[in-house]
Amino acid sequence: MRSRDLGFRLGVGLFAAALVLIVAAIGYELTRQSWLSIRQFGLDFWRTSTWDPVAGEFGALPFIWGTLYSSLLALAISTPVALGIAVFISELSPPRLRTPLIFITELLAAIPSIVYGLWGIFVLVPFVRLLETSMPDALREFPLLSGPPLGVGMLSAGLILAVMVVPFTSAVAREVLKTVPLAQREAAYALGATRFEAIRAAMFYARTGIVGAIMLGFGRALGETMAVTMVIGNNPQVAASLFAPQHTMSAVIANEFTEAADALYLAALVEIGLVLFIITLLVNGLSRGLIWTMGRQQPSRTAA
Amino acid sequence: MLKPLRSRLALAITIVVSSACGGGGAQPEATSAPAGQAVQINGAGATFPYPIYSKWFAEYNALRPDVRINYQSIGSGGGIRQLLNETVFFGATDGPMTDEQLKSAPGPILHLPMVLGAVVPIYNVPGVGELKFTGSVLADMYLGKVKKWNDPAIGKLNPGVTLPATDITIVHRSDGSGTTYIFVDYLSKVSAEFKTKVGVNTSVNWPVGVGGKGNEGVSGLVTQTPGSLGYVELIFASQNKISYGSVENAAGEAVKATTDSVSRAAAVAAASMPADFRVSITNAEGPGVYPISSFTWLLVYQQPSDKASGKALVDFVRWALSDGQKYCTDLGYAPLPPSVVMLEMSALDTISVS
Amino acid sequence: MTSQRTVAARKVLSSLFVGACALSVIVALVPLAFILFFVVSQGFQSLTLDFFLNDPRPVGEAGGGMRNAIVGTLMLTGLAATIAVPIGVLSGVYLSEYRGTRFASVVRFAADTLNGVPSIVIGVFAYGVAVLPFKHFSALAGGLALGIMMIPIIARTTEELLLLVPNALREGALALGATRARAVATVIVPAALPGIITGIVLALARVAGETAPLLFTSFNNRFFSSSFTEPISSVTVQLFTYAISPYEDWHRQAWAGALVLVTIVLVCSVAARLATARLTQLREQ
Repeated sequence: MRSRDLGFRLGVGLFAAALVLIVAAIGYELTRQSWLSIRQFGLDFWRTSTWDPVAGEFGALPFIWGTLYSSLLALAISTPVALGIAVFISELSPPRLRTPLIFITELLAAIPSIVYGLWGIFVLVPFVRLLETSMPDALREFPLLSGPPLGVGMLSAGLILAVMVVPFTSAVAREVLKTVPLAQREAAYALGATRFEAIRAAMFYARTGIVGAIMLGFGRALGETMAVTMVIGNNPQVAASLFAPQHTMSAVIANEFTEAADALYLAALVEIGLVLFIITLLVNGLSRGLIWTMGRQQPSRTAA
Repeated sequence: MLKPLRSRLALAITIVVSSACGGGGAQPEATSAPAGQAVQINGAGATFPYPIYSKWFAEYNALRPDVRINYQSIGSGGGIRQLLNETVFFGATDGPMTDEQLKSAPGPILHLPMVLGAVVPIYNVPGVGELKFTGSVLADMYLGKVKKWNDPAIGKLNPGVTLPATDITIVHRSDGSGTTYIFVDYLSKVSAEFKTKVGVNTSVNWPVGVGGKGNEGVSGLVTQTPGSLGYVELIFASQNKISYGSVENAAGEAVKATTDSVSRAAAVAAASMPADFRVSITNAEGPGVYPISSFTWLLVYQQPSDKASGKALVDFVRWALSDGQKYCTDLGYAPLPPSVVMLEMSALDTISVS
Repeated sequence: MTSQRTVAARKVLSSLFVGACALSVIVALVPLAFILFFVVSQGFQSLTLDFFLNDPRPVGEAGGGMRNAIVGTLMLTGLAATIAVPIGVLSGVYLSEYRGTRFASVVRFAADTLNGVPSIVIGVFAYGVAVLPFKHFSALAGGLALGIMMIPIIARTTEELLLLVPNALREGALALGATRARAVATVIVPAALPGIITGIVLALARVAGETAPLLFTSFNNRFFSSSFTEPISSVTVQLFTYAISPYEDWHRQAWAGALVLVTIVLVCSVAARLATARLTQLREQ
């Protein structure tokens, strides 16, 4: 009896170990393939902004900048919307509306990113271009709004990422709000709070988890490739303007990977992949840590 | 209670397993098969000749249904890289391989010129007809020194045309491209500053501009962006009705890209063709020559390990160099000079296919 | 009097807040409606019989279709499921049965990490492992990349669902003298099976829409191919190639492809929703 249970544990454990092995293999393979570039450029790789395949000089700064800029922009736009949705669905909506609304937000998450990209090229970019050309010239003096009205650029990328991130952040925020004990809200109402104040109290209680939800959305935005590469302009420059075409880490890999003509070029691209891997690992780990910490504060838990 | 559960489990497993085997029930196709059985050859590379190649591969497949040549236009840089990695059987490029690249290859590689093409400057300036450019003005535009359409440098070349005060949006390739190679090769010949600042390669560090993927991406961006300037293969401009300008050649004439002006560019080079066919014909001397012309090459290993595919590809190239050339002019490519074709046929004999 | 005004001000603030939340729902709905509208209207016009029955034609010729791409996507997701279902489901079983152990925490951490890895990075990994050593782009490499993406989704869903199975069932089986293996295989997993299958279907729908990991693994193929060792076309990669091109005909086909993709995803989501609702219904009986 015992041995058969052990056999079961080992057998199933083997498959579970395969999962762990795959993650380790990814980290190892990325490091191995980028070793040439790591050895050549060292820490300067993260600080130089020249990306010159001809001269063999590779610096990842423009891509790190582009990824962070676009993801933070997406976060700034999506967070209020996502939290608003989460609050509406969990606190304010009539019960009958709840399931359809949840379904609709899930639909947003389910649309493939290439379809977002398609819509981005043909609908969003011309719209942003219209926005840029109809802006008064005085505004164009600001560095944030300068540059020719291309349509493709940071703003389009930020907008599309924001739309893609909203369902993730709102789903997790909704789950987090569900775990706030009813007692909290009842206490607030008992003290004469308005809807707003009671919800604010609940959100304050759940703040760790909500920050975790926002970070999860951030992690999602960091890794998005297709939709971004179709609307961002693919120009490796560090620019402040929302209208400037820029580049992200995932977009440069998608564009240049199949043709990295020499070993150093390929290693540089894989190193960017490694950087992306590490950054998303940290962000996701942090966000899950926050959500888990919040879960630990609960005296009662819904799941076993 | 267990019986219905068990049958449900069996049903579920059947569903999962059959969905996993999805459409994969067919036999895997052999790439190296005896003659008569289907051969699939994978190639990748330049987007520049994609329209004529896709026509050729389809026509050849109609003639020889057992030979399927799958070509993906990922850019010349990609073609070279994948060929060196041996993940594709043949490559295609408009920028010849460098000596270092050839040395790093696992075996000797042949460059086989297939057609002649032209790179044209396309632009999207509403209200303006045909524009004239010179190499140095184009170089300055791509260096970011000429920033607006109504700059006197452009106006001087186009008297009588009202140019708007719009900013010039430069469009270039975001991927490694032979089209880029041809273009910067020409610009480096006419502008010393461009040569030092940017240089010649399939992928360069552009001082300004927006990147599009493939000839397709650049044409797409220019069509959609008013005030933009880009460079693409002639057929992409003519098929999509994008305005393209004339360029001043070495003899001082303003020439538009046509099959005739491109053929003239090759005439000089044909007389002194090097044995490995790697030659640049940009900025060629002579009357009526279009200055941004180039050969485009197929890259093949001289001693392929897969003999059946090697034989199939050699047969295809012989067809393309003879019967296939008749499809060229309709698609805006210039057929090869006969002297070059003869040299190539003998080069093909050196590929070991048995 | 001051307290009255403050109360009124607070009430107004609260109403504004409620309004803002409702507004955010609408703000989220707008792009969704926009996208679906475009995909349906543009795609529907281009959905001809040619689209489903023909392979791509040379540039500039009419009548091309995406038959090879549709079959390619089916094959790739099928391959992915073959890899991901065993590893994912059994990992999920391990996670739920041996919850408290340290190894389970390691596995859970690995699953969550894998979930967050950008799909392009997985493509790079699959290129290094399944394309370079064999010197061949292939459907297998593409299937591997997609399979790796499915594993954490299936593992976590399976774990969650197995945990939902009432403890009474588990204890009952064990009390009757079943080994762990037997209890899991014949009682616990079957009880959670509809949910597990739902999870698998959702994971399939998710990877069917992936493009980045296929760009340098399954590559692309202009011809119809049913071989595992050759490059294969897929709806997503074909969509990408067509979208960035300047050809009107290709743009039309791209919208049609988008419509097909979105329809599949929608159908899977609805089916999953209904299945979960039914599951909960059955459970409550």
